[in-house]
Amino acid sequence: MYIIVIGGGKVGFYLAKELVEANHEVLVIEQDPGKVREIQDELGDIVMEGDGCEATVLDKAGTARADMLLAVTGDDEDNLVSCQVAKQRFNVGRTVARINNPQNEGIFRKLDVDITVSATTAILAHIEQELPTHQLIPLMRLKGSGLEIVEVRIPDDSRVVGRPLREILLPQQSMVALVIGEDGTPRMAGGDTIVRAGDEVVAVTMHDSEEALREALMAPPPARAF
Amino acid sequence: MRIVIMGCGRVGAALASDFSRDGCDVTILDTDPAAFRFLADDFTGIRVVGNGIDPDVLRKIHLEKVDVFVSATRGDNRNVMAAQIAKHIYGVKVVASRVFDPLREEMYRNMGLRTINPTRVQARRLKRVIEAPSDEAANLMALDFLKQDGA
Repeated sequence: MYIIVIGGGKVGFYLAKELVEANHEVLVIEQDPGKVREIQDELGDIVMEGDGCEATVLDKAGTARADMLLAVTGDDEDNLVSCQVAKQRFNVGRTVARINNPQNEGIFRKLDVDITVSATTAILAHIEQELPTHQLIPLMRLKGSGLEIVEVRIPDDSRVVGRPLREILLPQQSMVALVIGEDGTPRMAGGDTIVRAGDEVVAVTMHDSEEALREALMAPPPARAF
Repeated sequence: MRIVIMGCGRVGAALASDFSRDGCDVTILDTDPAAFRFLADDFTGIRVVGNGIDPDVLRKIHLEKVDVFVSATRGDNRNVMAAQIAKHIYGVKVVASRVFDPLREEMYRNMGLRTINPTRVQARRLKRVIEAPSDEAANLMALDFLKQDGA
């Protein structure tokens, strides 16, 4: 694959290094001549000096034949514009933007960036995994479809405790893929799989159904009227 | 009319002062509080220190109730990102941006934003002034430009 990386900072550098090792054709576009030289010294002739938001620079980089463009500078607005120019002018199939402000995730998705990656969100998810809060943790977004993989820890008082998966009403286009017991043993999810308190449930769901899925798996049983 | 202007440079400040004088409800945003010095003395609008691409700031100024959003910072990318958020996330009806890079300006114009590219306009005008047969003719030309712009 021909992959263009915008931004030759730490993220861009190590990304390029890994991609080269995986035998991809890589070009890093970086504005700072000092960084350009460093990359050249370490990784060879795979770097170009210039502004990765400029159509003329992207044209020279052969963006029209790129399979993928990864915009990983430290500025969200620059990453957005690189992805949009790549899409609009050069028809790049897949654009990936690094975002720093997690709140930009939804905005970028709406503005046609295929994939967003946020270190902030990833670190927050790790913290949340360690905490006994009753949260649904997004693990991964699946390309384009609006589907994502999420993880839910089943609380003690959940209405689904002790029930087989077949009896649990999930929102549309949601399915449980895997159930991991408290001792770390994974169980393939089938209709007969019984959900226990403390289980980690890995599910696929639409982004918009996240809340409904959380409700379905985590809410306590409805109060009985006497 | 409610109008939000992002970037209180000379252009943003002049625009904000004009709209304020016209009786509009103006909010001006800049990350640098010192930038507000460019505003006219009779500016009656609201000054907000903050970044126009920060969702928290946009929520705070109630962008969903705004009629016009203008981005006129020095950064093209900041301008077009803010404009797209205003248009596509907050549904602001009229969104206009200044974009210095002609190619980027053309692209975002084609994507439905209202944009202005000062670079091309100014280069063309400067060339005409240079090519004028005399200094007097050049000065007349410059006055004519001002008149065209309604000043």
